[in-house]
Amino acid sequence: MDVQVKAAAPVAAADAIVRVEGLSHIYRKPGGGDLLVLDNINLALKDNEIVSLLGRSGCGKSTLLRIIAGLTPPTSGSVTIDGEPVNGPASQVAMVFQSFALFPWLTVLENVEIGLEAQGISPHGRHKRALAAIDLIGLDGYESAFPKEMSGGMRQRVGFARALVVHPEVLLMDEPFSALDVLTAETLRTDLLDLWNERRMAISAILMVTHNIEEAVLMSDRILVFSSNPGRVLADIKVELPQPRNRLDPRFRALVDSIYARMTAKPDDKPREGLFPGTGISMELPQVSPNLLAGLMETIAAEPYSGHADLPALATSLQMESDDLLHIAETLQLLRFAELAEGDIRLTEAGVRFVKEDMDERKKLFARHVLAHVPLVGHIKRVLDERATHRAPSSRFRNELEDQMSKKSAQSTLRAVISWARYGEIFAYDEDRGVFSFENPN
Amino acid sequence: MSSETVASVVRPSPLGLGERGLLPNVYDLVVFILIAGALFALAHGAHEMRAPLATLDMAPVTLDPGKLPEYALRTTLRMFAAIVASLLFTFVVATLAAKNRKAELVIVPALDILQSVPVLGFLTFTVAFFMGLFPGSELGAECAAIFAIFTAQAWNMAFSFYQSLRTIPSDLDEVSRHFRLSPWLRFWRLEVPFAAPGLIWNTMMSMSGSWFFVVASEAITVGDTTVKLPGIGAWLALAIDRKDIWAVVLAVAAMAIVILAYDQLLFRPIVAWADKFRFEQTASQERPRSWVYELVRRGRLIHWVFAPIEWTTARLAIIRLPRLAPRLLPKRAGKTGDMLWLAFVLLSAAYALWYIFDYVRSELGFDDIAQAFGLGFLTLIRVAVLIALASAIWVPIGVWIGLRPWAAERVQPIAQFLAAFPANVLFPIAVVGIVAFSLDPNIWLSPLMVLGTQWYILFNVIAGASAFPTDLREASTLYRLRSWQWWRQAILPGILPYYVTGALTASGGSWNASIVAEVASWGDTKLKAAGLGAYIAQATEDGDYPRVVLGIAVMSILVVTFNRLLWRPLYRLTERRFRLD
Repeated sequence: MDVQVKAAAPVAAADAIVRVEGLSHIYRKPGGGDLLVLDNINLALKDNEIVSLLGRSGCGKSTLLRIIAGLTPPTSGSVTIDGEPVNGPASQVAMVFQSFALFPWLTVLENVEIGLEAQGISPHGRHKRALAAIDLIGLDGYESAFPKEMSGGMRQRVGFARALVVHPEVLLMDEPFSALDVLTAETLRTDLLDLWNERRMAISAILMVTHNIEEAVLMSDRILVFSSNPGRVLADIKVELPQPRNRLDPRFRALVDSIYARMTAKPDDKPREGLFPGTGISMELPQVSPNLLAGLMETIAAEPYSGHADLPALATSLQMESDDLLHIAETLQLLRFAELAEGDIRLTEAGVRFVKEDMDERKKLFARHVLAHVPLVGHIKRVLDERATHRAPSSRFRNELEDQMSKKSAQSTLRAVISWARYGEIFAYDEDRGVFSFENPN
Repeated sequence: MSSETVASVVRPSPLGLGERGLLPNVYDLVVFILIAGALFALAHGAHEMRAPLATLDMAPVTLDPGKLPEYALRTTLRMFAAIVASLLFTFVVATLAAKNRKAELVIVPALDILQSVPVLGFLTFTVAFFMGLFPGSELGAECAAIFAIFTAQAWNMAFSFYQSLRTIPSDLDEVSRHFRLSPWLRFWRLEVPFAAPGLIWNTMMSMSGSWFFVVASEAITVGDTTVKLPGIGAWLALAIDRKDIWAVVLAVAAMAIVILAYDQLLFRPIVAWADKFRFEQTASQERPRSWVYELVRRGRLIHWVFAPIEWTTARLAIIRLPRLAPRLLPKRAGKTGDMLWLAFVLLSAAYALWYIFDYVRSELGFDDIAQAFGLGFLTLIRVAVLIALASAIWVPIGVWIGLRPWAAERVQPIAQFLAAFPANVLFPIAVVGIVAFSLDPNIWLSPLMVLGTQWYILFNVIAGASAFPTDLREASTLYRLRSWQWWRQAILPGILPYYVTGALTASGGSWNASIVAEVASWGDTKLKAAGLGAYIAQATEDGDYPRVVLGIAVMSILVVTFNRLLWRPLYRLTERRFRLD
């Protein structure tokens, strides 16, 4: 295979616009205890390049973008733009948000003008510049519309116009297409690439955060692949395919497959562990419903996959985001119903058996695997066994979890455990009282 | 208009119940002591400056029907002066609470307690205070009346604004910081618009609720002086003195016209206009409508009216104030600073406690406290029984109406109108009845307490039943739920969040109303029911400040306890379990 992958040459300090050096970020948990989000990141963004930060959700790439924009101060390390250190919202960059982040009570024109208004530019001057940006991004005729009247794609165009109108040097994009449907996202990507290639935007470089591998390969000159927990740069991949790129080009496919393989590779030092943040009973669990797990196992077991599927192909045929699919796949791996390797997923013996059994047997098998491989479920069951009443309040476990993780993660981990335990009929949970017990209403 | 949309669309949680925890924190108690201390100090101060009250010389109020439009206008103007003051207070105090953590620790519990304090009790010493400020001038009495209305509106407006500021979506916050909006621009472009729907709804509800207080505050008797401010309330007081039933009827009619005009010309247009500030990403199907708003929007008039306003706000927004704080604030607030602040607050509270103790010991006996609590208990029973009775009557009726859209559309505006109508204007008619049939005032004065407030239960239940999902109704019919089962498992849980909102508002209003409802007169005939409301009213009339404060403090304690032990847990439960969206 002729894969266009090679390590990018280290950039000289002189031609880098944005430099990140030795940057680490620690999230302080409310209950005490620290979580290392970003670990020793080095990055240089040169003139005239599009760089993607590619990684799973929760790998700290959005945090990195916010640190570069000066919205969040880093715990250690430095960020410089044009040689000036960043301490506070930087004026050389403009950001496009995943959620669009438009003011619903302002019209398109007023939304685009907001950055100029903050600079104290006269109404006449900002009107002229805003109209030019609106024209450039293809929003003519929408000037007096309110965001809620527009489709997602048009709203994100407002987001782009708002960013471009302040004439930034660097455009920062935080998953700008991930809230859009497939067709709209593709149109917007193409339009943006056209503007970029025709040099019609007065910007020097683009830094984009994404979890979509194809999107990164389609758009960037360079891809930085991030690992999760903590976020580190795993690989710096230069993409040398000519623009415009064709998704069906074999070299394109080969590059996508090789990045998939990198992202699903088991870390050498800790097999199994590190799949989800935290270890033992304080592992942060994703809320994946047993029905989704069963559905994916059935799909993989059936033709044409027969127990072994290529993840990118599976994602395409199921019309799922690669990130969502990986979440389910990794939960299957945690429960030993499947193995992930090199961008492929393969059902284990237990996974194959699960698919063949009827409802009752499935539940029993599921329960055995959950008890064996999810320490928190085993822990809760043990506590219930030991108590004479066989009841325990959920707050007891929530407090334990909150010592190790954020409130939100503790909440979703408990939700996941409750849903799996209910499906496997391991123990019951009374939502009203917030109590775990063995009693199910008869 | 389909007014149920108004109630269902913007339904902010009352009294900030959605937001705060159940556990009283140290600040709740401390702040309560501080407030009580301030009241006693105010009473003491007022006692010292009673002299100028008697010297006031004003044009007497007459029962000339030709004067009634002017009186109605002046009543309305008082209301607007108060609403402007409340808005200013809201912007300053709520913003301070949201931005400054130390201020927040005191302001939030203070707002929470102040909205449970019976407003009418304030009148006595605020009159004395403002008359002292403007000796011999009518302005003092006007200020006192406006202040009384202000105290009926400001707290929950400030609370609503504070809550909105605390729940600003993080992406919009990031955008504002990213594009380096100045605090001033951020306030007008982000914070005020985001808070607008909740604030406007609360303002409009506060205004509806405070017609009652305008009427009550226009004729104030303190000791042997009666201050009568030209207005519908003063007209009414005179009509009662003269036993002129015709004048009472005229006052009722004038009030009805004023409320109707307020509803159609102000309330609904503003709610319809504020719809654009609703924070949502998709256009809603049902928007609040108002014929006045449509008329104004279509005509050119709006541009004449709004062009200068827009021009001014646009210029105001780009004013660049010097930046006081560095852009990236280190979020680690000093622990020692917090401890010092807490120590300061605790010391003030200790001083206030000592002051109260000393004052009570010298001016009041501890028997007085026991008596006040005993009477408070009587009023508590009245409120509880009446709310239960009103619920038993209005819940079934509200459900029946709410499930029939044609009926809901007609009844809902009437219910909202009745909730805004100041019931104290109707009291004399009831009193004439009680006197005529020589009924027991202890029982028959009680219904007056819910006369004006029961409608909150009705219109909230109608809104809840209207919002009950059609598929659930169809499922209930399909599975042939029998009538009791249908009530218990389908409709009652469905309307519960709405009912609790309504009942909570009604009970708060009834406590307030007790001060004017437990004592009523007709000419020289005086009716009095035993209760805390009558106790406060009597103390006010005697100019007995210590007992007024005592009564207010006891009533506040009862209301706060009632809210914390009953309404707040109930509200949280319904929000968690019974929300249908």
